[in-house]
Amino acid sequence: MKRQLLTQKRIKKTIEIFMAEQSEEKSGWKIWEVFTQSKTGEPHIHAGNVHAPDAEMALQNARDVYSRRNEAVSLWVVPADQLVATSPSDSGSFFDPANDKIYRHPLFYKVPKGVRGF
Amino acid sequence: MSYKLNNDMRTALFEYLLRHGDDKLILGHRLSEWCGHAPILEEDIALANIALDCVGQASAFLSLAAEVEDKGRSEDDLAYLRNELQFKNLLLVEQPNKDFAQTITRQFFYSSYGIYFFQNLAKCEFEPLAGIFSKAVKETSYHLRHCKEWMLRLGDGTEESHNKTQEAVNDLWRFTDELFFKNEIDELLIQENILPDTNPIRETWRNYVGEVLTKATLQIPQDENMQTGGRRGTHTEHLGHLLAEMQIIARSYPNAKW
Repeated sequence: MKRQLLTQKRIKKTIEIFMAEQSEEKSGWKIWEVFTQSKTGEPHIHAGNVHAPDAEMALQNARDVYSRRNEAVSLWVVPADQLVATSPSDSGSFFDPANDKIYRHPLFYKVPKGVRGF
Repeated sequence: MSYKLNNDMRTALFEYLLRHGDDKLILGHRLSEWCGHAPILEEDIALANIALDCVGQASAFLSLAAEVEDKGRSEDDLAYLRNELQFKNLLLVEQPNKDFAQTITRQFFYSSYGIYFFQNLAKCEFEPLAGIFSKAVKETSYHLRHCKEWMLRLGDGTEESHNKTQEAVNDLWRFTDELFFKNEIDELLIQENILPDTNPIRETWRNYVGEVLTKATLQIPQDENMQTGGRRGTHTEHLGHLLAEMQIIARSYPNAKW
């Protein structure tokens, strides 16, 4: 029993060392969020992310992963840790007030004929 | 479609198209060997992209070669049913992948030659050929950007990456003389105004490569033991193995369609 525990400990230790080496090896490879623009004038839309050691390689990886079939005319890459985001626990106070008051939404106007994309 | 060419010209142009078609086909196949094995997912996709560009260009060159030859062969016949001695690719492109540094260095030497060479040839008088070369310029400039950036990072990276890249540069340097191979076929095509009289690009290429290697803290090797032969069909031992793998399906199931 004791021996078994020791073995388990040893295995756990080995795995920890392995994981540490892995993350050290990858430490130069940041995650970059990728935004693609499909046509000039359109907004850049989040497409996903890539690993890359620096900005230039991030652009190239983004080009290869997200625009290899001509999906984009422009690409942005942003280091993932530079994006400021809301957290899931914020969602109540952040977003609910907009949803539960129907008068906040412009639903009570008639759209004149001929107006499109309203 | 058949082109109005006399027999000498037809033979010369056919051989010339094989050179470039075979370069692309063999290089594309070599790069495709990385698929699923590259160091990280992003690079796996990048190498496969470059491979696909190369195979696409090979297909354009070889189908034009088949038309020029006018003997009822197709691009597939040319790719899959010729033997080693009939392949006219550079020795450089058939060299094994070995490791990532070797693969990137091989691509860097080839793409930097390609960009200067194809730019000249995009001005050629033979329209179908000019079209293929101008498309190649666009794709090659991206390939060059990708492998140049890698050369800088590998050369000027860790001690291990530096050593491996220097080794690759030393290993592959002897195949770079052949990039500038010229013989009577080129002379004839230039004389007949099919090809432009290409400016001596050797110096331009050397300057550019020297600049990048220096920036990457790598040594430029001496010109020793320079090897040629691929353009005449005399290859290193590596091409046979590559062809065996590349051609086995087409040869085992002749005329199979999928």
